[in-house]
Amino acid sequence: MANKILLKGNEVMSEAAIQAGCRFFAGYPITPQNEVPEYMSKRMPEVGGVFVQAESELAAINMVFGASATGTRCMTSSSSPGISLKQEGISYIAGAELPCVIANVQRGGPGLGNIRASQGDYFQAVKGGGHGDYHLIVLSPSTLPELYTLTMNAFDWADYYRNPVMILGDGILGQMAEPVEILPYEPILDLPKKDFVLDGCKGRQPRVVKTLVLKPADGLIAHNEHLQAKYKRIESELSLCEEYETADAEIFVSAFGITGRIAKGAVRLAREKGIAVGLIRPITLWPFPKEPFALAAETARQILVVEMNFGQMIEDVQLASKCACPVEFLGKGGGWYPTEEIILEKIESMAASSVSAAKGNK
Amino acid sequence: MATLTRTDVLKEAQTHYCPGCGHGITHRLVAEVINELGIRERTIGTAPVGCAVLMYDYLNCDMIECAHGRPPAVATGIKRMLPDRIVFTYQGDGDLAAIGTAETIHAANRGENITVIFVNNAIYGMTGGQMAPTTLTGMVSTTSQDGRGQHGEGPPLKVCELLSALDGVCYLERTAVSTPKDVNATKRAIKKAFQNQIDGRGFSLVEVLSMCPTDWKMSTAKAVSFVNDEMKKVFQLGVYKDTVS
Repeated sequence: MANKILLKGNEVMSEAAIQAGCRFFAGYPITPQNEVPEYMSKRMPEVGGVFVQAESELAAINMVFGASATGTRCMTSSSSPGISLKQEGISYIAGAELPCVIANVQRGGPGLGNIRASQGDYFQAVKGGGHGDYHLIVLSPSTLPELYTLTMNAFDWADYYRNPVMILGDGILGQMAEPVEILPYEPILDLPKKDFVLDGCKGRQPRVVKTLVLKPADGLIAHNEHLQAKYKRIESELSLCEEYETADAEIFVSAFGITGRIAKGAVRLAREKGIAVGLIRPITLWPFPKEPFALAAETARQILVVEMNFGQMIEDVQLASKCACPVEFLGKGGGWYPTEEIILEKIESMAASSVSAAKGNK
Repeated sequence: MATLTRTDVLKEAQTHYCPGCGHGITHRLVAEVINELGIRERTIGTAPVGCAVLMYDYLNCDMIECAHGRPPAVATGIKRMLPDRIVFTYQGDGDLAAIGTAETIHAANRGENITVIFVNNAIYGMTGGQMAPTTLTGMVSTTSQDGRGQHGEGPPLKVCELLSALDGVCYLERTAVSTPKDVNATKRAIKKAFQNQIDGRGFSLVEVLSMCPTDWKMSTAKAVSFVNDEMKKVFQLGVYKDTVS
């Protein structure tokens, strides 16, 4: 534990990227993610990497597009309005199957919104965001040690699947500080050789990185089918969630990111009061961990979804649980965040209603 | 007597460009320069959105196709990671001077050590002849049907003049491909713009006035005259900045 230091979430994510071998970062200032470009501007030169403060989010994501084509591990970060601007480039990167990591330290929206934490970009992150049929791998850490590990893993999954990976954080996670052990990077996968790299065609045929497919006439259909097959493979191989106190649970609470962490505290308090409640916290938001919900729905009386928005992940929970049990919602967007007590209150009222329902059945 | 042969930097391919278009000439000049400088195997080109999007079908070197207007940003990412490679962008007027204005100005101002070939034919070619930022005042296009300037379009944007104010820029020259003499001048300018990059001197841009007979709705001969008689009056040829000589 010698290497445990106190850092803000945005710095944890930046250092994890550096440790994972990220050597190109382009970004643009926006609150609450400013510590990422600030940290990178200092650290990148120290490790022989490149930091560019871009003229816009459009330019930043396109610089990443270029850097990725050279085979460099690369990253950009922003917060909600800036992530909207990056969607053009994200679509091109997904279409060209280039690896990169994109961090969204979410804030309130729509529009300029505010600078408080939010989870309002769930749909944008997991359903596409830019144009065309594509998926990002979306990761949702709830603590800073987890943010550290997932950021390093993100570079591996990006390289392994040749796909952009998004770290979907929020203003709380980015701004809060926690002790984190700076562990050295170890690849978690046997990574493929990058055979797409543009570095001059010395000793080989020239390569082209592109997304326009005009010929043959059905070439774009074939390219899309290839992408879809890859997404199917990712869905079958990569699905992470944390389950807590679920073995005998009758009520399941589900929440992601920082909300998942608060919900875990609420579950703990409810257990102390004797309520049979458990937590399913998705860590990969795409692919969405469907199986735990399908399993839970077989025995659960009710599921509660808590989000810092007006109900986005709840749709995936309803799909995954096949609407086999009632799914309740607790949440608001625009700067609202739940406390353990608010969630506990909701759990208690659900427990009371399921008890009275059970009595009514007798 | 000199014979004309295809340089190895150009692939054997059938052109998709219209008769009388200036892109074919400019592609050839870029290819000849890459060949003469012996840099094909360490060059990475960026293709724009526009008529030249298929440039990789003709050039026998590594290429990347960019989103509309973003080549200078993409080239920045490549060049910063591979400073010993030669990175160029090839862009039209819509790409470079409308949707990509910010990327152009900031790459120039940062002094990115890249070479930009800017083909100005005063029209959106691929989309069928809409008004470009460089469309001449009074010039008819499908989106300025009364002639540019009647409905608040503003005058044509002069890229070399604009960029010449930036301290980060190394070399700016405006040439044309409408006469044999102009073609030779363009080749000399393109070669210099690449040599500047090899020498690590920073941002170089060559603006090439070019013909678009199809979307100008002119014969190929008349399109050549339009460049010589009309475009050159508004877009004056010459060196706008040169920190080398």
